[in-house]
Amino acid sequence: MELRILPAIPDYHRIDIYESHGGYEMLRKALSLKPEEVTEEVKKSNLRGRGGACFPTGLKWTFMPKQTEKPKYLCVNGDESEPGTFKDRQILEFNPHLLIEGTIIACYAMGITTAYLYVRGEYAHWIDLVQKAVDDAYAKGYLGQNILGSGFSSNLYIHRGAGAYICGEESALMNSIEGKRGYPRVKPPFPAQNGLWGCPTTINNVETICNVPLILRMGWEAYAKIGAPKHPGPILVGVSGHVNKPGVYEMPTGVLLTDIIDRYAGGMRKGKKIRAVIPGGSSTMIMRGEAIGGVTMDADGLKAAGSSVGTAGMIVMDEDTDMIKVISRIAHFYHHESCGQCTPCREGTGWMLKILERFEKCEARMEDIDLLLDIANNIEGNTICALGDAAAWPVQSMIKRFREEFEARATQSVGARQAVPV
Amino acid sequence: MLSEESLKRIEELKKRYQHPQSVVIDALWMWQKEHGWVSEEGMKQIADLLGIPVHHVYGVVTFYTMFNKQPVGKHKIEVCTNVSCMLRDGEKILKHIESRLNIKAGQTTPDNRFTLVEAECLGSCGTAPMMQVGDRYYENLDAAKVDTILNGLT
Repeated sequence: MELRILPAIPDYHRIDIYESHGGYEMLRKALSLKPEEVTEEVKKSNLRGRGGACFPTGLKWTFMPKQTEKPKYLCVNGDESEPGTFKDRQILEFNPHLLIEGTIIACYAMGITTAYLYVRGEYAHWIDLVQKAVDDAYAKGYLGQNILGSGFSSNLYIHRGAGAYICGEESALMNSIEGKRGYPRVKPPFPAQNGLWGCPTTINNVETICNVPLILRMGWEAYAKIGAPKHPGPILVGVSGHVNKPGVYEMPTGVLLTDIIDRYAGGMRKGKKIRAVIPGGSSTMIMRGEAIGGVTMDADGLKAAGSSVGTAGMIVMDEDTDMIKVISRIAHFYHHESCGQCTPCREGTGWMLKILERFEKCEARMEDIDLLLDIANNIEGNTICALGDAAAWPVQSMIKRFREEFEARATQSVGARQAVPV
Repeated sequence: MLSEESLKRIEELKKRYQHPQSVVIDALWMWQKEHGWVSEEGMKQIADLLGIPVHHVYGVVTFYTMFNKQPVGKHKIEVCTNVSCMLRDGEKILKHIESRLNIKAGQTTPDNRFTLVEAECLGSCGTAPMMQVGDRYYENLDAAKVDTILNGLT
C-alpha cells in the first residue's frame, strides 16, 4: 500500500520537499471549492476520528453553525497521552505540513479563522519542529491574511500543555487553552455550540486532520474504498510490548491483528506465544492471545471482538507476562490522571488501585474480585467525561478474560496467610 | 522576575487569545525555564501580568504535573514505567538509576545535580524503555546506555 501519512521520502518535513511532491496543492483545490463542498467530500469519504471515539469527521463539521456572530475555532488535538499511543508524534516529526495543510482546509470548510494545535508539554522537541513548519507555511502565504489570494484568512497557533492526560479530552483541552485547570465540562452544551470562550468549536485529532488533504487528492470514492468499508482510510497503528519490531506502522484499516504482529511488527520476541493484546491504547478492553485470530483493526472488527479501536495503540504481551502487574500499573495510571471532579472516578480509581496492589502482594481475598468489579461498574457511566469509563474498562475486561489469574492470586494469598505462625 | 524577553513574548502571545488568561501555561513555562521551579513570587508576577487572581495561577500550577512546585536538581530525570515500558524492563532502568544515584524516585541528590521521577507514559512506547532528561528523550535504553548518558551530563 502507498504510504500517505508517513511516506518514506527523505526530508519530507521540509516545506520545499513537501511542495515538490504536490504538497499544499489540495489547499489550492479546497480554496477553489465552496466550503460546504469540502465538508461534503469529507462526509462522503466516511472518515472517522482517529483520536479514539471513531466519530464521523464530516458529520462533526456540519454541527458548526453557519450563521453566527461569534468567532469559530478549531482545536487540533495532539495531547497524545494514552499509554501505548505514539502515532501523532510521528506526524509532528515526519509530516508536519500534511497536518498544517489539513488544518487550513478544515478551517476553510467550517469558516474558522483561528486554529490551535494543542500538543502535550513533554513533546517540547516536536513542538519546535512543528513551529518551524508553521513559520515556513506563514512565509509561503499558506497561513495568515488572504491565503493564496483567496480572500480567506486563518491563523494557526501551537499551544503547549504541561503534563495532564485529561487534557486530551476535548472539553478539558478547551479549558486548558483558556488557561484553566484541565477539568472536563458537562455536555451538553457540545463544543460546536459552546466551546472555547463560549464560541462554536470543533476538536479533531492530529491524525484525523491529516486525512483531509488525502481525501481531496484521491476523491471521496477512492478514499472510502481503502480498508474496512465502515471505517475506511489509512491508519497509523502503534505496536509496543513483546514484539521484535515495535513502532508505528501505516496500513489500511481492517488488517488482521495477527498480521500486524507478524507481518508489520516482526513477530513475537523470542518466538513466544501471545498471552494478551490491548488493541487500542490502555483504556481499550484487553483480549486474550487465543482470541485475536480473525479480528481486524477497525471499529466494527474490534467491537465484535469485545474491544475497541481506540487510538490503535496496540500493546502486545507474551506468555510470561504477569497480568496482575499489568492491570495494577494501568490502574495506577488512571488514579494518577483522574482530575478529581467526579467522586466515582476520583475515589474509585484509588480503591481499585489499592485492591489490585493487594493482589500483586498476595494479600487479596477471593471476594475482592467481585468488589473490584463492583467499583468498576459504579465508575462506568457515572462521570462527566470518559476517563471514568477508561479506568473501568481495563479492570472489567481483565477480570472477565483473566479471572483465573485473580483467583490463583487470591488462593495463594490464603495460603500465605495460613503459613504465618501465630 | 521574568526576563525582558519573556515579558515581550507574553505580550505577543496575549494577542492570540480572547483572554490573556490563556497565556498562563506559556508564562509558567518561561518562569520555570528561568528559575528552575515555580515559586509564589512567579505566580504573583504572572497573575499581575495577565490580570487574573493569583489563585487561578496557583490552580494551574498544581494541576499540571510538569510544573515543579519546589526546587529540583540541575537535571530532572523522568523514567517511564507505564505498561509498554514496563513490558520492556523500564522498572529495571528506574532501579538502576536509583542505585547509581543512591536516591529513590521522587528525591533529589544531596548535591542538587539530579532529581529522579517515575513518569507516566511519555509517548515512546515503540522505543521503550525510555527516559526524559529535561526536555530531551532518550530511548531504547539499557543499563550501559543509561550510564553513558548520565556520565555525559555536566
